[in-house]
Amino acid sequence: MEDITSNFDLVLKAFWLTLQLLVLSGIASLILGTVLAAMRVGPISVLRKAGAAYVTIVRNTPLLIVFVFVFIAAAKLGWFVGTPFVIKGVAALTIYTSAFVCEAVRSGVNSVSLGQAEASRAIGLTFSQSMQFVVLPQSFRAVVPPLASVLIALAKNTSVAAAFGLMEATARMRYFTNNNADDRLWIFLVFAVGYIIIVELMSVGAMSLERRWKVAR
Amino acid sequence: MSSVLFDNPGPRTRARHRLYSVLAALLLVGVLALVAWRMWEKGQFAYDLWEPFVTPAYIQILLVDGLLKTLQMAVVSIIFAVVFGLVFGIAKLSDHAVARWPAWLVVEFFRAVPLLLLIIFVFYSYGIGDGFGAYWSVVIGLTLYNGSVLAEIFRAGINAVPFGQAEAAYALGMRKTQVVWVVQLPQAVKIMLPAIISQMVVALKDTSLGYYIVAPGLTYVGKQIYGEFGNQLQTVMVVAALYILANLVLTWIATWVQRRFVGEKRLDSISGTGSFESGASQGGA
Repeated sequence: MEDITSNFDLVLKAFWLTLQLLVLSGIASLILGTVLAAMRVGPISVLRKAGAAYVTIVRNTPLLIVFVFVFIAAAKLGWFVGTPFVIKGVAALTIYTSAFVCEAVRSGVNSVSLGQAEASRAIGLTFSQSMQFVVLPQSFRAVVPPLASVLIALAKNTSVAAAFGLMEATARMRYFTNNNADDRLWIFLVFAVGYIIIVELMSVGAMSLERRWKVAR
Repeated sequence: MSSVLFDNPGPRTRARHRLYSVLAALLLVGVLALVAWRMWEKGQFAYDLWEPFVTPAYIQILLVDGLLKTLQMAVVSIIFAVVFGLVFGIAKLSDHAVARWPAWLVVEFFRAVPLLLLIIFVFYSYGIGDGFGAYWSVVIGLTLYNGSVLAEIFRAGINAVPFGQAEAAYALGMRKTQVVWVVQLPQAVKIMLPAIISQMVVALKDTSLGYYIVAPGLTYVGKQIYGEFGNQLQTVMVVAALYILANLVLTWIATWVQRRFVGEKRLDSISGTGSFESGASQGGA
């Protein structure tokens, strides 16, 4: 127990890297996922099919395989050679998570009932007005819970980076347990609590957002 | 084909969409061609690199030591997870706080902790050396994680059975145990079947985490093959294809079960599940 308390800065550093991975790939996959969702709900059938193909392929591939692709296989094509590990990790997490973000956003847009959009067009709102005042505010609300689940899963998925040489929280736990065989359980609990704090903060945040945006019916 | 976002297009818009379609198709084909050209340029289409995947001996290793082992791990752990989930899901519904609180704690803990952290802890504490080995470490990790997710699904499923059913059973003089086992659970299982099968997809994907502790399965076999032939790209493509195939078959079964036994009712539209689960079917790793 002494090793981990006296070297607690290493624990904090590891969780800092976990948070960096989470925030960077969270932002990147929100952007990419929204673009994919726009492709999937748009009028161009080629793009719709391309988006659907991406989602099907990526959602059914384990994240670890995506990591192996980015970290090991892509070098064969001359891609990601010499790229910092953090960027590679963010790339792998983004490729994977954006498929889930896409599905969450798409289901949010689809949850707005058709009558709402038709009514807004009937009273003469332009496309951007009907988007701004009618469709998007409603779909944002519907998107919050599934999007929160996706981002919470992402927070836990950053741990996969441990297998690829990134010293984030999971890899750091391995380091500590390796040196202090007798305190394994305590070390595990310390790191588990760290993850639980991140996950709980995210779910509390999402819940308060949902409550704030809830419509009075 | 009116949708939330746009009206039925008229002739001019349709013409414009056709133009966009052509442009988009060209762009996509261009991107794919670029990747293919890159592969060709780097010599990735060389027969030597693909050879193991058309050689019967390696196909057998890939399917038997790889896919079969992975499926076996997923099935074994999902069976254990169902038992775990049943026990803890029912405990969470218990009238006794003594049973309810520990069950709540266990379920919340294992749902919030990353699976890889759990697997690493189990393996290096109990699995290594004279312990039970990498295979069972992965199975135990998967059981604890998926079991906790399933406990939550079971709880929501039992709560989704109309309360009148339980009231009627109590009125007939049944005990609480009887009400749960004879009346609520059989009806709940019907609603939960698709969710349980989707959880199998998650479990199947998560078996790949055994890579870290060198557990058997597809990723391990893949690692050996590219270690021998230096064909990382090809191996990743083949292994990914096998995972995708297995998952699509499972998803297809889930859809079939849903249509056959459940009808339109979906669990995630019923109270509880679907919102703020710790990313259950939203993709483990």
